[in-house]
Amino acid sequence: MKAPGLRAYAIFYLLFLYAPILLLPIFAFNDAVVIAFPLEGFTTRWFVEMWEDPQLWNALQNSLIISTVVASIATLLGLFAARASTRYRFPAQTSILGLIMLPLVLPEIVVAMSLIVVLVAIGIPLSIFTIILGHVLITTPFAVTILSSAFQTLDRSLEEAAYDLGESAASTFRLIILPLVMPGIISSFLICFIISLDEYIIASFLGGTQPVLSTYIFGQFRFPAKVPAVLALGTILVLISIILLAFAEYMRRRGIAKAGGNTSGGAR
Amino acid sequence: MAQGTARSVASPEARSGLFLIAPPAFYAILLLGAPMATIVLFSFLTDAQSGVEWTPTLANYYEVLTEPVYRALMLRSLMVAAAVTLITVLLAYPVAYFVSFHVRPDRKSLWLFLITIPFWTSYIIRVFLWKVILGYNGVINSGLMSVGIIDEPLQAINYNVGALVMTLAHAYAPFAILPIFVVLEKIDRSLLEAGQDLGEGKFRTFLRVTLPLSMAGVVAAVLIVFIPTIGDYVTPNLIGGGKLPMIANMMEAKMLGQDNRPVGSAIVVMAMLIVALISIAFLVLNRRYLRGNQR
Repeated sequence: MKAPGLRAYAIFYLLFLYAPILLLPIFAFNDAVVIAFPLEGFTTRWFVEMWEDPQLWNALQNSLIISTVVASIATLLGLFAARASTRYRFPAQTSILGLIMLPLVLPEIVVAMSLIVVLVAIGIPLSIFTIILGHVLITTPFAVTILSSAFQTLDRSLEEAAYDLGESAASTFRLIILPLVMPGIISSFLICFIISLDEYIIASFLGGTQPVLSTYIFGQFRFPAKVPAVLALGTILVLISIILLAFAEYMRRRGIAKAGGNTSGGAR
Repeated sequence: MAQGTARSVASPEARSGLFLIAPPAFYAILLLGAPMATIVLFSFLTDAQSGVEWTPTLANYYEVLTEPVYRALMLRSLMVAAAVTLITVLLAYPVAYFVSFHVRPDRKSLWLFLITIPFWTSYIIRVFLWKVILGYNGVINSGLMSVGIIDEPLQAINYNVGALVMTLAHAYAPFAILPIFVVLEKIDRSLLEAGQDLGEGKFRTFLRVTLPLSMAGVVAAVLIVFIPTIGDYVTPNLIGGGKLPMIANMMEAKMLGQDNRPVGSAIVVMAMLIVALISIAFLVLNRRYLRGNQR
């Protein structure tokens, strides 16, 4: 089937999606404070300026702590939920899973506001810890989605074979199931990590005075002179994201291939 | 979820399931269920110097429903969200269709990967870049002026509702493409051949077979774009420069800025009710459309 019009449109659409991101490196290397054409010449001084800002390193450290903890907890909670929903039938299944998945369709501002009201009312000080609480809530649904598809491709008979050969439920999980869903676990961890790293609303409201990467970036944009350095930072972040995502995608596909599925769909 | 046969709590299967689901369920109840319930409760209480006073009242809802400023912000949020949803889904459908029907199977995941990458790069930076692109002295204006197409900066593209819609439509694009793509992938291709064998044109086959069969994905895309957009906080702040606040900015101003938890809570509850009602109305309309198509 040929569709030159559709293909041209799809490519044009991809260009629209990438337009802002393609501008990032252009202006990160441009020797001018104002983000406008014509370009003024090549420089790497914005990268140097960004690198030498101690606030950035403080924010980055906070962000890395938060994202690592969030990705670990969310993936663990996701494992529980995904295993429960794909393997067992239990009462109130739909409503329990619905509540866990609810943050997916709630505006983040609603999650942030309801959490901050309760945290302030019971007197928990706002800190990195409270950001983690909020981020786990919004990343768990992503972990559940990714891990459920990993568990779904699992062949039930492998598990039964292990039981027949005398393995206990725990050793079966460790020896058979865990290795098979490992790619799913890694891809869930990476996705939750990126979401948490990028999240702004919860981080800014629940963080108190603690800066994280997203609130640092937001703050820098208020000073026009700092903008090129932020674009330099953005360029590096985009590169890191692409590498992490490519890795997550590779792990996901390997997982599906391991379980004997195929990655290209299209019912025929 | 399929309903199982072993429904009693006593069965070992149900017990294992409940045992496993307990940690994430408790987390969600404690950090989502309880706070939401608190918000609903606060919306019926009276504002006091330090927090809330335990006097039940409907005054907060009265204020939210009668003060023109809330109505204006809610209407703007609804209109922006509706425009963003319409544009995003209309632009996304052909892309999802192209990837599902015209891309070689082994190339499909590459296309999906390319579509989702921009979504994973810093949201704040992406929104800011649109401000830079569309601004008065921005990339488009300075670019067009330096090649001599225009002499004066275009003002029609600067910080207005259009710029807001454009930025959000860009931000939510993958959310619209993926659900439509997934549903298109499930369509049995032989149905389309049958339609054409029976003498329908390609376009008629699309209208009568493909489109109705893919409506589930379109509905998912609409809801997945519409709901978060209505509560978007960053874009009005950055793109609108604070001059085009939406309902999320009002929530924040009431709750934290003016420290009026009850009225703030009432805004949150009203906004969620309105979103829920619109979503339900949309689902009902869609069902009616699909039933009309079955004849």
